[in-house]
Amino acid sequence: MSDAVITGMSVASPIGLGTEEHWKSVLAGRHGIGEVDRFDVSGYPSRLAGQIRGFEAADHLPGRLLPQTDVSTRYALAMARWALEDAGVEPGTTAGPGAPADYDMGVVVSSAQGGFDFTHREFRKLWSQGPEYVSVYESFAWFYAVDTGQISIRHGLRGPSAALVAEQAGGLDAVGHARRTVRRGTRLVVAGGVDSALDPWGWAAQLAGGRVSTAREPERAFLPFDRDAGGHVPGEGGAILVVEDADSARERGAPRRYGRIAGHAATFDPPPGSGRPSALRRAVELALADAGRTAHDIGVVFADAAGVPELDRAEAEALRAVFGPYGVPVTAPKALTGRLYGGGGPVDLLCALLSLRDGVVPHTAHTARVPEDYGLDLVRDEPRGLPVRSALVLARGRRGFNSAVVVTAPDS
Amino acid sequence: MGERRVVITGIGVRAPGGSGTKEFWELLVNGRTATRRISFFDPSPFRSRVAGEVDFDARAEGFGPREIRRMDRATQFAVACTRDALADSGLSPGAVPPHRIAVALGTAVASATSLEDEYLVMSDGGKDWLVDPDHLSPYMFDYLSPGAMPAEVAWAVGAEGPVTMVSDGCTSGLDAVGYAVQLIREGTVDAAVAGATDTPITPIVVACFDAIKATTPRDDEPALASRPFDATRNGFVIAEGAAMFVLEEYEAARARGAPVYAEVSGYATRCNAYHMTGLKKDGREMAEAIRAALDEARLDRTAVDYVNAHGSGTKQNDRHETAAFKRSLGDHARRVPVSSIKSMIGHSLGAIGSIEIAACALAIKHDVVPPTANLRTPDPECDLDYVPLTAREQRVDTVLSVGSGFGGFQSAMVLQGLGGAAR
Repeated sequence: MSDAVITGMSVASPIGLGTEEHWKSVLAGRHGIGEVDRFDVSGYPSRLAGQIRGFEAADHLPGRLLPQTDVSTRYALAMARWALEDAGVEPGTTAGPGAPADYDMGVVVSSAQGGFDFTHREFRKLWSQGPEYVSVYESFAWFYAVDTGQISIRHGLRGPSAALVAEQAGGLDAVGHARRTVRRGTRLVVAGGVDSALDPWGWAAQLAGGRVSTAREPERAFLPFDRDAGGHVPGEGGAILVVEDADSARERGAPRRYGRIAGHAATFDPPPGSGRPSALRRAVELALADAGRTAHDIGVVFADAAGVPELDRAEAEALRAVFGPYGVPVTAPKALTGRLYGGGGPVDLLCALLSLRDGVVPHTAHTARVPEDYGLDLVRDEPRGLPVRSALVLARGRRGFNSAVVVTAPDS
Repeated sequence: MGERRVVITGIGVRAPGGSGTKEFWELLVNGRTATRRISFFDPSPFRSRVAGEVDFDARAEGFGPREIRRMDRATQFAVACTRDALADSGLSPGAVPPHRIAVALGTAVASATSLEDEYLVMSDGGKDWLVDPDHLSPYMFDYLSPGAMPAEVAWAVGAEGPVTMVSDGCTSGLDAVGYAVQLIREGTVDAAVAGATDTPITPIVVACFDAIKATTPRDDEPALASRPFDATRNGFVIAEGAAMFVLEEYEAARARGAPVYAEVSGYATRCNAYHMTGLKKDGREMAEAIRAALDEARLDRTAVDYVNAHGSGTKQNDRHETAAFKRSLGDHARRVPVSSIKSMIGHSLGAIGSIEIAACALAIKHDVVPPTANLRTPDPECDLDYVPLTAREQRVDTVLSVGSGFGGFQSAMVLQGLGGAAR
């Protein structure tokens, strides 16, 4: 079966626009959490978010796309361009011999929230002014497939494409499906996830999940695996990866390979109250088996790291069951960005690939005291130099989604 | 060992004009239309005031008060169809281990109904931009990020394998089934519950399509409003509905003596990379999806007995699609019957692809091609055999079903009866 390698990637997050800026912030432990400043948040019980700053949409998108795109789609479009540039692929412009074209390239992007800020404005127009005020773009700026469709159109990608929704697990599922698509014969798939819903309605809706921190200090608000964990901080952004058939990459002389998508598995938890165990452990075991690896081979785990005590405990338990107590370094750089929903898994995957590249595992910035019985070797205080060859990335989605991806060094 | 094959062993449908699979099929073979003036809200401020509404009584369907509050209408549809499909398949609980069962649920606008209800409460009828957190439903997050929809299906099935929502706009109903078929073929799971649901008859969604004049303004003749391939067509009729399927690996289904409707033998999707809502005249990308789906099924195009068209009834779609059929099927396009059931039940966005798969499976089972209702004035640009008005009894072994949607998605699926083998 053909190998799926990562030949390009990009990120837009509260701590960086672009791979290297984001990675520098991660290693420096620089967070991007602050009080929501896009509306007056003072009337809401939670006020802290990971917001992207300094993103001027007009610098990244042609003017005609501005009136028709939600902020999340603008991030998606900017990232897709950066990732394709990074991969040395310029669809439609420099298609020389050996270059993929047309049906050879697809798009699979996860969005858990759709174009929500945009759609809130249209709901408001409808109900405060009337149907004739609703934007001609609302029909597609809102729906979950908008990022996939807009990326396909902008870059002329006509291959098999999809949009997946599985709350925070959807981004890893998208990468898994991109690998499946490559294995079924498509040369290259632009894959990942992105989300943003930092308008008042989107914000209130996120609070309804009941897991958003009400803390006021940015460094104390999102403490994965800490005994003081009190919920997460919502964030915005995501990452886009270019998942490519290894032969295709060779054929066109791709400038770089960050790693291989060696394994993927998704599982779903039994209904609440069933008494059956969570399916997270099985997702880990199936992803390892899919990668042809054992627990012993894994150099680091990028955890889902919910920041909610019972969820942290469940994840620690699953990791302990597979790797043994303190059996593998675990980290959660998402403490710096907040929880990114569909974008979260792909951002962790990008960090995992950079850990493989640079031989360094980032730390979990603000977590200080991990309960002893978690049995976790959580990388804390500062990055840890480690010659990592394989990494496991986990994501869980509200209501029971589990997704696991194993990435390995490009030469492994 | 040959490649694993995937068959449909159970069907559940909620569509306009009838409450279950049997009524749905009767409506289609009789060529009756189920489109009517919108009754869910006062449609008078809107340009398009007709819809395909489902008469759905959640209590009578067995949903308890808490389930009704928790689940969006689209979720209730999906769960009701799931229960029917499981019963229809005869698959007993525990016959397949939970982790070997997947769920793939398609939808375009997901929990739009609940989103709008909650918006009106939180914004006080649209007045407040800073919506009031004191009027927040505990389920609001599930409407924002609709993972709860496939979750409810998974719980109804007892599935603990991969569970996801495939949300590719109006091709979701084909793509969700296609996704699940891939999971079974590759061996990730042995069975899946897949299908799609949408309940978009809400002011915001109606206004969306009004804004771009995609829906018909033929408000005076609701029953005659959906006119695919007719020269007088002027837009689609928005609708709601759902269809869910039990899909099983063929050998396992055969071993347990399961009723088999059809094999899903080919599936492909492509993007037109052209426009979020517009279609080129030439149908090139849909033709490519059809070619790839037939290729996967290892079928010559002349094997197709019936084409279930997307046939939405917009000017551009029906022309685009006709071109795609000619391009992909060649001369056979002029011989094979092509019809659109949207003429009878409207266009339920992400759900319709699955409802059409149900129609195709039933066409194979009954050897009947459903008609295109309301097709009275031929359009010179749409010059194929669209089975106008009256259903046709004929042998139906191999069916092609296609879908086209916003974002540029073009999908095609091939279904085949198993002939003497298992029918």
